Amino acid sequence: MSDILAVVDHRRGELRDVSYELISAGRGLADATGGDLHLAVISGTVERFAEKLDREGVDAIYTVDYGEEFNHGVYTQVTTQLYDKLAPQYVLTANSVNGIEYAPAVATELDLPIVTDAIDLEADDKTLTVTREIYGGKVETTVELEGPAICTIRTAEWPGGEGTGTADIEAFEATIDEDALGSSVRGFEEVGGGDVDIADADVLVSVGRGIDDEENLELIEDLADALGATISASRPVVDSGWLPKNRQVGQSGTVVTPDVYIAVGISGAVQHVAGMKGSDTIVAINTDPNAPIMDIADYAIQDDLFAVVPALIEEFQ
Amino acid sequence: MKILLAVTEVATVDDAFEIEGTEIPDQYLGTDLNEWDEYAIEEAVQLQEADIAAEVVTVTIGPETCEQTIRQALATGADRAIRIWDEAFEAVDLLDVSTKTAILRAVVAEEEPDLVLSGVQSDDDSWGATGVALAAAVDYEWAAVVNHLAHDFEDGTASVRRELEGGVEELTTVDLPAVLTIQTGINEPRYASLRGIRQAKRKPLEVYGLADLGLEESVAESRVRLTAMSEPERESDTTVWEGTPEEAAGELADLLRKREVVQ
Repeated sequence: MSDILAVVDHRRGELRDVSYELISAGRGLADATGGDLHLAVISGTVERFAEKLDREGVDAIYTVDYGEEFNHGVYTQVTTQLYDKLAPQYVLTANSVNGIEYAPAVATELDLPIVTDAIDLEADDKTLTVTREIYGGKVETTVELEGPAICTIRTAEWPGGEGTGTADIEAFEATIDEDALGSSVRGFEEVGGGDVDIADADVLVSVGRGIDDEENLELIEDLADALGATISASRPVVDSGWLPKNRQVGQSGTVVTPDVYIAVGISGAVQHVAGMKGSDTIVAINTDPNAPIMDIADYAIQDDLFAVVPALIEEFQ
Repeated sequence: MKILLAVTEVATVDDAFEIEGTEIPDQYLGTDLNEWDEYAIEEAVQLQEADIAAEVVTVTIGPETCEQTIRQALATGADRAIRIWDEAFEAVDLLDVSTKTAILRAVVAEEEPDLVLSGVQSDDDSWGATGVALAAAVDYEWAAVVNHLAHDFEDGTASVRRELEGGVEELTTVDLPAVLTIQTGINEPRYASLRGIRQAKRKPLEVYGLADLGLEESVAESRVRLTAMSEPERESDTTVWEGTPEEAAGELADLLRKREVVQ
């Protein structure tokens, strides 16, 4: 009971980056517990995926050739069966949209405690210590537990596993109870197309919850006009229907890497940051000194956007 | 159909706050209806208005002080509310996913809803796991991070879209009964009307403890313990422009000119 089982993520024929990050996170835990790191690849072109995942520190890779795409029922059944076979100390999955659709079900089926969205993991011979964020990243907590557990890791928190490994790659004969599969994926759709592709913009003026009201967007439009910039937004502004989906920066929207990104009234939740942290220069205008965006920014103005933005427009008139 | 709506009151924290041990003192905290749940409530109310949902019942795990938040859900349209609290919860600083699942499982067994709706996660703790954990516990089907739900349930199924990363949506058919975790943006939550607020005061709100649900007190003892709380370390080398708004704007303008963003 000291091994680690990490179940990787893939979608539409591609392994997602977090799959390699699971190798680093899993290896770190395995070193602490003195166990082996096992990976599981479920559905899709599993042999091709397994070859790519055979990186330094991976001891074994189990492939399950069943179906093409993620199905939470299949993932739950397979992970549960692999757990019974391997008796690992900890099970790791991605804290992705798909990861959180089966990891909690596995926890229920196996009566294991679950900790989600880990940003750091430490273990000794009996205790797992997980660091996670609360209050939208303003506060960090650690939680501890004893005994086996399942844990989902935040994407882009661990480096991707590298090198070439010597893992045993083995087809795992899972028994899929098809009568118990109560959901089926009919297809996928790309959303958020439209007149403007914010990924092409050199300068983005990005507006968030701090704008308070749809009418106040005029101020942001004036600023974008003055700078010759394109307007983008964080999720709450799009959820409110004030700007269309194709303007949304973040994990579920568009990833942008402009020369200059001006975040106006955006707190900088992790899902947003995932979509803009590659920007060359980041400027934040926000009243809250503890907002995560104030750390990510190269330059920050801790003040009311309704005072700062008009003054900035004035500069260019 | 009958809908059970899991509603959470979340804690909010002021811009400036302090941490004492594993707690933030009450003076820096406020409360609010969980943002994701607002969308789940609106979805349930729309199904009610379309005569698809015959009854909408809310369930909340929380102390008496959160009844104001529960009344908000009732004012928007839910028919009645259940609140679960027990003295045993007051001694613990964290109710983990297994504990919440065990409690909600007992409520589902009692109410037998066709559909359970909850927000994807809570604003404060962001566990994002209880809905799916519950579905597995009560042997319901489920879908997580739903941003569209078709308002016809042909052949005992729900047709949903799940919001994946990178602007991709998954189109999925889910057998009923099911638990759906609702993503923000699925609809436009309404404000409660004055009439709704008045009516909410008269709607039934039942309160149960662990024993009422046939559960042992040990359910409250989470296997996951909160052991530390801190402000994240500031590793950044952010340059903060001080001064009046005009002075700070002047600094930013200089940078933009230097970067040749604007002439």
